[in-house]
Amino acid sequence: MRRLARRGAALLLVGLCRGLTGVRALWLGSLPAAGARVYFANHASHLDGLVIWAALPPALRTRTHPVAARDYWDATPLRRWLALQVFGAVLIDRQPATAAGEADAARADVLAPLLAVLERGEALILFPEGTRGDGETVQPFRSGLWQLAQRCPRAELIPVHLENLNRVLPKGSMLPVPLLCAARFGARFLPVDGETRADYLERARQAVLALAR
Amino acid sequence: MNPLTWYDAPVRALLGGVFVLLVIASLIGRGLARRPQDGAGRATIENLNARIRAWWLMCALVAGALAGGLSGAVLLFGAISFLALREFVTLTPTRRADHEPLFWAFFVFLPLQYWLVGTGWYGMFTILIPVYGFLFLPLRSALNADAQGFLARTARTQWALMVCVYCVSHAPALLTLELPGFDGSRVALLLWLLLVVQLSDVLQYVWGKLAGRRPIVPRLSPNKTVEGFAGGIGSASLIGMLLAPVTPFTHGQAFGIALLVCLLGFAGGLVMSAIKRDAGIKDFGAMIEGHGGVLDRIDSLCFSAPVFFHVVRYFWSP
Repeated sequence: MRRLARRGAALLLVGLCRGLTGVRALWLGSLPAAGARVYFANHASHLDGLVIWAALPPALRTRTHPVAARDYWDATPLRRWLALQVFGAVLIDRQPATAAGEADAARADVLAPLLAVLERGEALILFPEGTRGDGETVQPFRSGLWQLAQRCPRAELIPVHLENLNRVLPKGSMLPVPLLCAARFGARFLPVDGETRADYLERARQAVLALAR
Repeated sequence: MNPLTWYDAPVRALLGGVFVLLVIASLIGRGLARRPQDGAGRATIENLNARIRAWWLMCALVAGALAGGLSGAVLLFGAISFLALREFVTLTPTRRADHEPLFWAFFVFLPLQYWLVGTGWYGMFTILIPVYGFLFLPLRSALNADAQGFLARTARTQWALMVCVYCVSHAPALLTLELPGFDGSRVALLLWLLLVVQLSDVLQYVWGKLAGRRPIVPRLSPNKTVEGFAGGIGSASLIGMLLAPVTPFTHGQAFGIALLVCLLGFAGGLVMSAIKRDAGIKDFGAMIEGHGGVLDRIDSLCFSAPVFFHVVRYFWSP
């Protein structure tokens, strides 16, 4: 019964999301596949995680976990049920952007549940900006992406650009406007020898921006 | 239950004719695909066959919806308006302050317009968007206190609603007209309009491909030719005349009105081409295989439906 409710809610939300945004998944440099992956994308609306999730083939959805902020998604029973039961999200404690080198030990603990997912050979959906932007620009990436890449080198990092989501459900509005959206999946993002964390994160940000039309 | 009893006799005849036409088109498309072609020719034939497949689907949808009479037509054209408006607004630059007015456009004005059409409240559905939408939407936008490009943004929202919702809603509104002295079917009258307008598009394309030489408006729409324009509109008007028995028109009237809606359809295609060219795009969307977006398919209907409605209402309705 509970499983049915979860499945039904997931199908309903995916259907609504698709009907509303007619979202098209464009695989421009990679293909949908199972395995340890991190889909990292620009973040402009509450629908972002759902859109990437809905853009994946159904078989991969149960093995793909959005990373969500605990302070928001653990706040009410409905949100908790949606996040944990329906979408299989991983909740993490959002922290202020750390200065380079500082508090890495604390950060590693925060990332432990994410690494566990990757070790199981499953995928994450991550928004490295940490919070929703205005949709006009992509803010600097937080360091979690770098940490994950360091600690789980076999995970494939796939940049994703979400188009128009900031116009569908912008920050500060509860009312959706149904516009056509696209999720563009790029080629696997690989580290370059000898690059600093800041360079790596900026290059990752550029990889997302390069997918914009 | 016998599906044939879902429709009046003239509607059955028109739908039967469309069916035969589609079968012939499919056979021709298949024959062309067998002939050896160079690269460009093959692409044209592939696109032609994709268009024919999409026509089967579109005709089936229209036929299915019209079995539901007025409610079916209201739901069908309401859905078409929704999809068209979505395409239009997606390709229009908007700012954060347009968000709430656009929400009203999609979820209040669009359903309200079609509800008014469904109830046959002519006095209200003809002014809802041009008067009340026109006054309310800029107010809602102004409350967001963003002055940048205000007039242009407001005009875009209003234009989107007018062309995608207001104009299109005049097609199902035909079913609410009182036509004394016409003992035929109003569904057949609506089908006649759809047939003439869409056949005009198709025949302009066919004439253009077969005999097109001189471009008619090269700076807006490189594929439109003088030969396509004259041949397509002329032949579609003749077909409209031959189908006069399903309408309240005499053969002469049917020819004149068909010519009018074909010319308006061409005007709609031209105006929408100008908008697309300005936005730097070829099609409004990719929803209908081979055709582009919904709005690319109905641009001619947007311009012809309201005028056709008024002509019929003025001369044939008390």
